[in-house]
Amino acid sequence: MDDFIPATESEKEYMVQMRPSTTFFKDGVKRLSKNKVASISFFVIIFITLAAIFVPMFWPYGYEQMLGTTPGRPADSSFNNLHPMEYSSTELQLMEQGEKVFPHLFGTDSQGRDYFIRVVYGTRISLAVGFFASIIVLVIGIVVGSISGYAGGVVDIILMRIVDIIYSLPDMLMVILLASVLRQTLDAALVGTPLEKIGSNIISLFIVFALLYWVSMARLIRGQILSLREQEYVLAAQTAGAKGSWIVKKHLIPNCISVIVISTALQIPSAIFTESYLSFLGLGVNAPMPSLGSLASDALNGLSSYPYRLVIPAIVISLIVLSLNLFGDGLRDAFDPKLNG
Amino acid sequence: MSDSTTMDQAKQPIISVKHLKQYFDINDGFFKSRPLKAVDDISFDINEGETLGLVGESGCGKTTAGRSLLHLYKPTAGEIYYRGKLIKTKADIAEFRKKATMVFQDPYSSLDPRMTVADIIGEPLDVHHMYSSKEERREKILTLMEHVGLNSEHAARYAHEFSGGQRQRVGIARSLAVDPDFIVCDEPVSALDVSIQAQVINMFDELQNKMNLTYLFIAHDLLVVRHISDRIAVMYLGHMVELGKAEDVYSRPLHPYTRALISAVPVPDPKVAKANKRIALTGEIPSPLDAPSGCPFRTRCKYATEQCAAEVPEFKEVETGRFCACHRLAEITD
Repeated sequence: MDDFIPATESEKEYMVQMRPSTTFFKDGVKRLSKNKVASISFFVIIFITLAAIFVPMFWPYGYEQMLGTTPGRPADSSFNNLHPMEYSSTELQLMEQGEKVFPHLFGTDSQGRDYFIRVVYGTRISLAVGFFASIIVLVIGIVVGSISGYAGGVVDIILMRIVDIIYSLPDMLMVILLASVLRQTLDAALVGTPLEKIGSNIISLFIVFALLYWVSMARLIRGQILSLREQEYVLAAQTAGAKGSWIVKKHLIPNCISVIVISTALQIPSAIFTESYLSFLGLGVNAPMPSLGSLASDALNGLSSYPYRLVIPAIVISLIVLSLNLFGDGLRDAFDPKLNG
Repeated sequence: MSDSTTMDQAKQPIISVKHLKQYFDINDGFFKSRPLKAVDDISFDINEGETLGLVGESGCGKTTAGRSLLHLYKPTAGEIYYRGKLIKTKADIAEFRKKATMVFQDPYSSLDPRMTVADIIGEPLDVHHMYSSKEERREKILTLMEHVGLNSEHAARYAHEFSGGQRQRVGIARSLAVDPDFIVCDEPVSALDVSIQAQVINMFDELQNKMNLTYLFIAHDLLVVRHISDRIAVMYLGHMVELGKAEDVYSRPLHPYTRALISAVPVPDPKVAKANKRIALTGEIPSPLDAPSGCPFRTRCKYATEQCAAEVPEFKEVETGRFCACHRLAEITD
C-alpha cells in the first residue's frame, strides 16, 4: 500500500530543473570554440598581435637603426644586405673576441637595418591601421545607419543618396587621389603638433577610410534597423514614453550587435589590405617607418638577389588577412546563423 | 469626501474619444497616394474602473483604434481626453504615458530578446526616472513580478527561456510598472493556449480589483470579451456600429452586424446550438482602401436600402447607454 506516498521536499526539488541561464553571447562563444578553423585563426591573430606589440621592446636592434653607421666613425658597409642568419665582418671579429652578437634572423636591408624588426614593426603598423580604420568606419556607419534607419522619411532618402554617390565612385581611384592630395595639405597643417610624429600619410589613410568605407556599414545597419524597428518591443518602449535615441541605444543596436561585430571583423583585413596596397604604391606610411606594403615595395629593387625580402612581408600579410577572414567567417557562423549561406 | 463629488467623479469618463480618425497613406504610384481609413470617425467614453471590450473581425481597425488612442500613431483627426483634459501637446502625451499603458498581443515579439526580464519590466521606470536608487528599482520590479505571479528567480533570465503564458505575464508586469490607471489590452490572450488564457484573464480581473484599473480590452474571441467586459463596443471596417452593456449586446444585439456576430458564437450545448439560427453573412469584408459609400456594412446587409448607400448612419444613443449606427434600426427591431 506504499505505492502512493507524497513526494518529499527533496524529491520535489529534483523535479524542478533550473537550467543555468545562458546568454546569447555565451552560446555564441561556445559555438565559436567548436569551430576549429576559426579557433586556429584566432590564435594566429593573437600570436601575431602580441608579437607585434612586445617583440620590439626587447629586440636589440631598432627599426630605423642603420647598424653600420655610428656617429663619428666611417660607415661600415659590411652590415648592408646580409642574408638571413649571416653576420657582418665587424660582428664576426667581435665574436672571435668572445662577445655575444644577436643574430639577424632575416638578414639586413640595403642600408644595414635588421630586417626582422622591420617586418615586426610593419606588422604593427598594418594591424594598427586596420584596427583603427575599422573603428572609424564602425562609428560613422553606426551613427549614419541608425539615424537613417530609425528616422526614415526625408532624412533617410538624403543620407542614402549620399551613400549611393560614394558607393558609385571607383574606390581605388578615389583612395589614391585623396591620399595624395591629403598628404600635401596635411604635411603643412601638422607641423608642430603631436600628430607630426605619426606622419601625415597614416592620418590621411584614416581620413580616406573614414570618407569612403563607412557606406557599406551604414547600409547594413540601416537595413537591420529598418526590420527591427517594426518589432513590437519597440512599440512597447514607445508606449512607455521612450525617445528615439533611447530606443536606438537600448533596443535596436543591441539587437544588431552580432551583425556589427561580424562586419567589423571582416572590415579589418580589407583595411589592412588597402593600407598595404597604398604603401606598396608609395602613398602609405612615411619612411623610415616600415609597413608590410612598403617593405614589399622596397624589396622589388633587389628582387633577383634577395627574393625573401618580398616573400616574408607577403607571407605575413597573407597570414593576417587570411586568418582575420576565417575568424570573421567563424564569428558569423557562431553569432548569426541566419546570415549563413 | 461628500456624495456629490463621488458622483461627479463617477460621471466623468476616464477616457473620452471624440471623432477619432486614423488614416494611413498608401503609396499607389510615384507621387500618388490614397488614404487607408483604418479608423473612421469613432467616438466613445470609458468610465473609471470598467472594462470596455472592443470586438470585430480582423482588419476592422480595433488595434489601430487602441494604438491611436494612446497616441502611438498621430491621429488624423479627432480628440482624446484623459479625465476631461485634452491630450494634444508633447508634454501632455509624455504625462499621459505614465497613466496609460498597453499589453501587446504577441508575447514573443513584444519582449526584447537581449534584455533580462528585470530590465524589460523596469524599462518604463528607467524612462521616467521613477526611482532614486538601484535597490528601489529592484524592489519595485520584484513587487511587480509578484503581482503577476512570477518568481524572483526569474528576474535575471531572458524572455526566450519562458513559456507564452509567462512571457505575457512579463508584458503585463511591464504595463503595470508606472502604476497606470488605464491599460489598452490588445488581444492579450489570443496567442495563448486555452488553459493559459483562463489564468491570464482571471489575473486581469484580480489586478483590476486590486489596483483600480480601467481596461480597453481588444479581442476577437467573443466569449473572452463577454467574460471580462462590462460594456462592449463592436467595430466594422473602421466604424463603430454598436456599443452597450455586455449582457444587453449579447442577449439583444441591435445592429445587423452584431446579430450575425453573436449568432456565430459557438454554444457548448448541441440542443441549444441547433435551436439557434445562425445568421450567415455573405461576401467578404470590403477593403478599407475601397470602402463602400454610406453605411460600411451595407454590402453584406440583408436590410440595406438606397438610403444606406447614400448616407453614413449616425452613431446615436438609441436607449440609455446603448448606441447603434443603423438607418433601419426601427424597422428591423421586433
